[in-house]
Amino acid sequence: MSLEESGVPTVAVHTHVFARLAQSVALANGMPTTRQAYVPQPLVGMTAEGLRGYIQGIDPINDRPFMQELIEGLSAPLNDNDLTGTSFERTADKFLEPDTEDNLRQLFEDNHWTDFMPIVLPTEERVAAMLKGTSHAPDEVVGRLRPTAFREFWEFTVEKVAVNAVMAGARPEYLPVILAHAASGVSARSSSTTSFACYSVINGPIRSEIGMSDGIGAMGPHNHANVSIGRAYNLLSVNLQGGSEPGDTYMGSLGNPMNYALTFPEAEERSPWQPLHVQRGFKAEDSTVSVFFGGRYHIAGFGPRETWAEQFKRAIAACQHNLPPTLIVDPITARQFVDLGFDSKEKLSAWIAENGTLPAVEYWDDLWVQTLQLPMAKAGVEPYAAKLKAADDEEVSLFEAKDINIVVTGGETQGAWKLLAGRLAEGATVSIDDWR
Amino acid sequence: MADKITLHDPRGFPPVVTGKTLAPRLESLDGKVVYLVDCLFDNSEIFMDQLGQWFAENMPDVDARMIKPKASWVDDPDMRSNIEADGDAAILGVGL
Repeated sequence: MSLEESGVPTVAVHTHVFARLAQSVALANGMPTTRQAYVPQPLVGMTAEGLRGYIQGIDPINDRPFMQELIEGLSAPLNDNDLTGTSFERTADKFLEPDTEDNLRQLFEDNHWTDFMPIVLPTEERVAAMLKGTSHAPDEVVGRLRPTAFREFWEFTVEKVAVNAVMAGARPEYLPVILAHAASGVSARSSSTTSFACYSVINGPIRSEIGMSDGIGAMGPHNHANVSIGRAYNLLSVNLQGGSEPGDTYMGSLGNPMNYALTFPEAEERSPWQPLHVQRGFKAEDSTVSVFFGGRYHIAGFGPRETWAEQFKRAIAACQHNLPPTLIVDPITARQFVDLGFDSKEKLSAWIAENGTLPAVEYWDDLWVQTLQLPMAKAGVEPYAAKLKAADDEEVSLFEAKDINIVVTGGETQGAWKLLAGRLAEGATVSIDDWR
Repeated sequence: MADKITLHDPRGFPPVVTGKTLAPRLESLDGKVVYLVDCLFDNSEIFMDQLGQWFAENMPDVDARMIKPKASWVDDPDMRSNIEADGDAAILGVGL
């Protein structure tokens, strides 16, 4: 659409499953008549001959020859709608039209404003009570969210966050934690076809103040604060960014069960290592949330036992190449790693980066490595450029140590560990104290 | 009859949408430079290559040129400048 604005007639080609999304994005950009042409899904795995068949075939959305759509899209005369675009304001009301509880519950489901589990209805009284959990004014703008980089940002206030916190079943004392999630600017509901999820780690005094659990089952549905904060983060991501509706604002092919809730605190008092938020530049007495973007894979193990190094190498090599893992360890496991000489998280992250390798030919044969990292490699950006020079059978590192975070949590009923996909971006550790 | 209740709207505030005009269309593609923008998604390069071959075989007067952004998922102002400088039209694909 930038090219159209600069005077270059343009047609965008999509696969047919993206039709609703493409049209929705065009409308939100004020250019609903943007010329779009469609080919069948999939492109991936198709031969050149198969793709030529798409080009010579019928556009499955417009039901006309694909090439006719392209040629006329660039050369057919414009109409009045093309010349004016569409300007409009969307409603952003404080309250919904009054109705019965049953009808309103149905309205929330019909509009995809829930996670399809029962919600607490956000009445005026409940939202007012929730707002007592922060000193911030209800109309203060918290931030902006969007489901993906090519969509428009939606803005939201403290009150709107509180509404979603009520829906998730959260208590007022959790609100600063939930506001900090919202202020991170990281949506827990990316619309990516790859089915991302976000999870969050809480550090600092707030953990005990609101009764979070870093003990048995810390990552599961066993603690009210852990679960309802994680759920609130997901619900607010849905509603404050403009939706997470399949086919429009959500395109994850498989979906992700972590899109319900995954928030847990670090067991700082039982960890032999520096807490995550201190590693990220905060003071130990600060309370923070760190929002990890990923959630696509999950590998679990126990130990470290005698052959731990080989087991870990295989586990790391199984991680998706362009998305670093977070190593989540029970305190038992953390102490065992210390006994092996890893007296800091940084040393263990460095070991993982050094030993997590694959032959170059396998590294590059990955959809997202080719899509996202190969262009950078060709442009000379390190460390990708060096990997591109490697011989096919030469081992190349999958991840950089700085991208591999380690979190200690769990109830010490087992020496367990998990590798959980998650990138912790710069700025994704946010002060909770700022939202008290 | 059940009582009616009032609930907060859970949605955030969408931006105002301002209408934009499409670029003037070409009278014909003959003799024009049409950039084929490979968006770098899986197999889009082969698709765009096939599209370029289709133009060569069926509309040889069209100067179809393949071009790629520096990375996927990011705006590439340099690439856009190149298209704006000597391109008459563009076809982007495959993806968003």
